[in-house]
Amino acid sequence: MTAETVQEKEVGRARARKEDARLVTGQTNWTDNIQLPGLVHIAFLRSPLAHARITRADTSRAREATGVIAVFTGADLAAEQGSLPCAWPVTPDIVIPQHPPMAVDTVRYAGEIVAAVVARDRYAAADALEAIDVDYEELPPVLDMEEALAEGSPKVHEQGNKSFVWPFSNGDIEAAFRDAPVVLERTYRQQRLIPSAMEPRAVVCAPVGDEFTLWSATQIPHVLRVMLALVTGIPEHKLRVIAPDVGGGFGSKLQVTAEEVLALLIARRLGRPVKWTESRSEGNLAVHHGRDQIQRIRVAAGADGRLRGLDVDLLADMGAYLMLVTPGVPLLGAFMYNAIYKMDAYSFRCTGVFTTKTPTDAYRGAGRPEATFAIERVMDDLAAELGMDPLALRERNWIKHTEFPYTTIAGLTYDSGNYEAATAAARELFHYDELRKEAAERAAAGDPVRLGIGISTFTEMCGLAPSRILGQLAYGAGGWEHASIRMLPTGKVEAVTGSSAHGQGHETAWSQIVADELGVPFEDVRVLHGDTFVAPKGMDTYGSRSLTVGGIAVVAACGKVREKARVIAAGLLEVSPDDLEWSSGRWQVRGDPDQGKTIGEIALATFAAHNLPEGVEPSLDSDATYDPDNFSFPHGTHLCAAEVDTETGAVRLRSYVAVDDVGQVVNPLIVEGQVHGGIAQGIAQALFEEAAYDSSGTLVTATLADYLVPSAADLPAFVTSRTATPSTTNPLGVKGVGEAGTIASTPAVVNAIVDALRPLGVPDVPMPCTPERVWRAIREGAAR
Amino acid sequence: MIPARFDYVRPGSVEDAVRALAGGGDDARVIAGGQSLLPLLRLRLAFPDLLVDVGGLSELRGVRETAGSLEIGALTTIYELTRDPLLTAHCGLLAETATLIADPAVRHRATIGGALAHADPAGDLPAVVLALGGSLLIRGPEGEREVRAGDFFTDYMTTSLSPGELLVAVRVPRLGGDWGFRYEKFRLTAQSWAIVGVAAVARRSNGHVAEARIGLTNMGSVPVRATAAESAAAGAEASAAALREAGSRADEGTSPPSDLRGSADYRRHLARVLTGRALAAAAGAS
Ligand SMILES: Cc1cc2nc3c(=O)[nH]c(=O)nc-3n(C[C@H](O)[C@H](O)[C@H](O)COP(=O)(O)OP(=O)(O)OC[C@H]3O[C@@H](n4cnc5c(N)ncnc54)[C@H](O)[C@@H]3O)c2cc1C
Repeated sequence: MTAETVQEKEVGRARARKEDARLVTGQTNWTDNIQLPGLVHIAFLRSPLAHARITRADTSRAREATGVIAVFTGADLAAEQGSLPCAWPVTPDIVIPQHPPMAVDTVRYAGEIVAAVVARDRYAAADALEAIDVDYEELPPVLDMEEALAEGSPKVHEQGNKSFVWPFSNGDIEAAFRDAPVVLERTYRQQRLIPSAMEPRAVVCAPVGDEFTLWSATQIPHVLRVMLALVTGIPEHKLRVIAPDVGGGFGSKLQVTAEEVLALLIARRLGRPVKWTESRSEGNLAVHHGRDQIQRIRVAAGADGRLRGLDVDLLADMGAYLMLVTPGVPLLGAFMYNAIYKMDAYSFRCTGVFTTKTPTDAYRGAGRPEATFAIERVMDDLAAELGMDPLALRERNWIKHTEFPYTTIAGLTYDSGNYEAATAAARELFHYDELRKEAAERAAAGDPVRLGIGISTFTEMCGLAPSRILGQLAYGAGGWEHASIRMLPTGKVEAVTGSSAHGQGHETAWSQIVADELGVPFEDVRVLHGDTFVAPKGMDTYGSRSLTVGGIAVVAACGKVREKARVIAAGLLEVSPDDLEWSSGRWQVRGDPDQGKTIGEIALATFAAHNLPEGVEPSLDSDATYDPDNFSFPHGTHLCAAEVDTETGAVRLRSYVAVDDVGQVVNPLIVEGQVHGGIAQGIAQALFEEAAYDSSGTLVTATLADYLVPSAADLPAFVTSRTATPSTTNPLGVKGVGEAGTIASTPAVVNAIVDALRPLGVPDVPMPCTPERVWRAIREGAAR
Repeated sequence: MIPARFDYVRPGSVEDAVRALAGGGDDARVIAGGQSLLPLLRLRLAFPDLLVDVGGLSELRGVRETAGSLEIGALTTIYELTRDPLLTAHCGLLAETATLIADPAVRHRATIGGALAHADPAGDLPAVVLALGGSLLIRGPEGEREVRAGDFFTDYMTTSLSPGELLVAVRVPRLGGDWGFRYEKFRLTAQSWAIVGVAAVARRSNGHVAEARIGLTNMGSVPVRATAAESAAAGAEASAAALREAGSRADEGTSPPSDLRGSADYRRHLARVLTGRALAAAAGAS
């Protein structure tokens, strides 16, 4: 191929996103913008207590209030509300407690719904909430995972506080640790986080007869439709779910929520359309939270730094109930602790624990950031213990680029990668050696502002997921994705995708793919998604799966259209299909390229259907469902330089270099955006964010004044670059980028802080590394 | 925002505003930029019956020069403080501090009067006006009165304003060229409130600090003067070491809160370190 034809390709172009004008101006159907005749508004009363029995709920005053149409308690809906689904029963003996969308007799976290008001407007609904009298008999809160598992702890559920224990091991772990020259043991805490999507959750539900349309700010319209049908008994074919434009999710909208179920049930009861939109503080309480794990990690190594074994014992806070994939989140990490390293043995154990806190579930990276943090932190500590350069230690242990495909100790087969190349590039951009020198000089001079360098050579598994593997892990569904292509008579293209975008830019990326596959202009492609009547099949968007699974389905659907077009073109040109070759959007006669038909001409001829070959249906559409053979494994090397003011504990990130390898890139602008946002979100965990509870189980970070989401002003300018090692598991060679930055950056930052402070006797700083925590760690280091 | 019900008036003159407030009594509240009041209404932590919107009183906006002092209208926005030429020339501490408050969107709406009347001990401007030795001009049914900043902040989010009174202006001294200043704001993110803030002004003479005034943010239920550190700084050499020493007395007599952002002992430590730094900067010490 010449350089010129490469230039013409859409894939690889930094196209500005075609969906942005409407998203950025807000001139679109966000769920809360939807207005319907007769629409009424729901407000939910939420438990102020972490754990209590409801002894009385008196709604009589609220019912009388102006503008109020109806008031419901859990008791009112008990017969029909069912239990919110958990689709990932990770072990046969897992405890999955009943989870009524509205509490009936017991509340188990502050924020759990205890009543709903329906009123003519939001003001009347909110006023009426204050007129509901609920009496509670307080029960002891269960807030600490270790205490929850101890004998005699108060119980969250009758069945106890343990949901499951999930073990995995490979290799002889005892042998690996026996007589090992170096053994390190560390405990890390993954604090609880609140996914803070720009758009709060919102639901609108409209009944017409016994049919329902439900709009929701969701990542998963398809999964939601199936689940709502199962939970409510409303037949699936009478239920249409629409995810209109959705303003971010980060996993928080990968959920079947109480509010969605209740909106549907209330709309059914009242026979009129209802709307609910949460406030930010309501969201902080009730959106599922992320992370919250205690990780005990042990590593055994030789004196030369070669890893022998890794042993991980994890406590994962489920919160009060199991939501859609709650128990599966730590399992997604189980296969990632070994990361890019070779070792002889690995053992992993995860205990799922109930507490009286908001349920946890997937949050950007889901299990993988936690795992990556622990291994990358411990690698830095191991290097310090051995007196080795931490990059050299990693290099000693990582899989060499010549060794791919490589089956890891956790049993995954990494298809491709080049850790050497990414690390070399990062090292150079970062000026690694100069910064190391400066850090040493500052330490030697006793400078009150120390410099530290943090490293994260991460990988992750993307493209969830081969259905076969999901089945082995007891997940309740498959991991395929669907696409269809509809050629319109005028040569324009509708690409229907089951990947339901919520800000990622699918419309642009998919248009680029279709443009190349069908040889049509980028502008001629319209991408349709997010409505179960328009895009009837799909597994939706999460786990960096859209491009690696959904994008490949689009490629396959284009291929089918092309093949059918070939048959039709052959008929039109009166040659055999075998005599035709495809050349940029056109089937032409081999050896006689003037003779040919463009895909547009073929589409028009198909529409007219005057002279189609015998037995060919008059349509130029296709359906394709793609189930991946394997995950994909993006990787990268992130380096962070942090300055720590030892007098105040303040941390300033001085520079941040990210070299990511996400395989082939469809749109570099989109990739850059995902990397930037991802790094920011990972830094947020390292330095700023924490969902904190007081000793009574009240969330004390219920507003954005207390739950600190950083802004651009708090972050350094990121230096980003890429290496491109194509994935060998899919025809586009793509790997996925949605979570990479988040997974990589948290350990890079904390490693930098600890690197700066290690000479002061500081072995670790708990996250988020707030100035006070850093200051205390320094004081404790001095006392040591 | 879904607040509880309230009535709303938008008077066209200060007299009408005062009349409306007096008529509303305890249940009437002034609303200026709304940046502190609206969150309280939204979270249903405040239930006023009447909001008196003073946003239309343009005579309360802007900075005027009077004999030896500057008078800042209560409705002057935080954004305007950052670029007002009189303030920049003669009261740099206010202009500098204003740049450190909230974010641009908030700064364009929030007013100095609201920031002072709200009297949040974590707010930056109360300690600044205190350090400057400013005073507040208040209009009520009985006419106008002037209250010194030290007497204005009476308790946690409480001032000496009575129902029916309107804060109309803030008076701060013009500082001569021998005065230096610094506001040290210690916060977790660029847009968040101070864990501790230190406002310092210092007059330098012959390589020494002749006089220093220090206001502390978030070191108690009201903004406080760090009087022990002020005395220690007076007459001290204008060097980082000497002023660090003076700063080490900044927390004397304070009773800082313990909360999510910081424990009381960490706040004390920060006050000491930051006061040393603020004094050094204000005194031009290297
Ligand atoms: C996101 C955010 C971040 C912020 N960060 C900071 C920060 O870092 N530092 C900081 O100092 N502040 C901060 N603020 C607060 C902001 O500075 C104050 O909200 C603002 O200065 C108050 O002014 P306002 O005009 O908005 O007052 P309003 O909200 O209108 O009123 C506040 C109170 O003052 C009363 N009031 C207002 N004007 C008068 C008057 N003329 N006479 C009598 N009473 C009056 C009102 O009745 C009310 O009780 C932040 C605010 C927000 C929203």
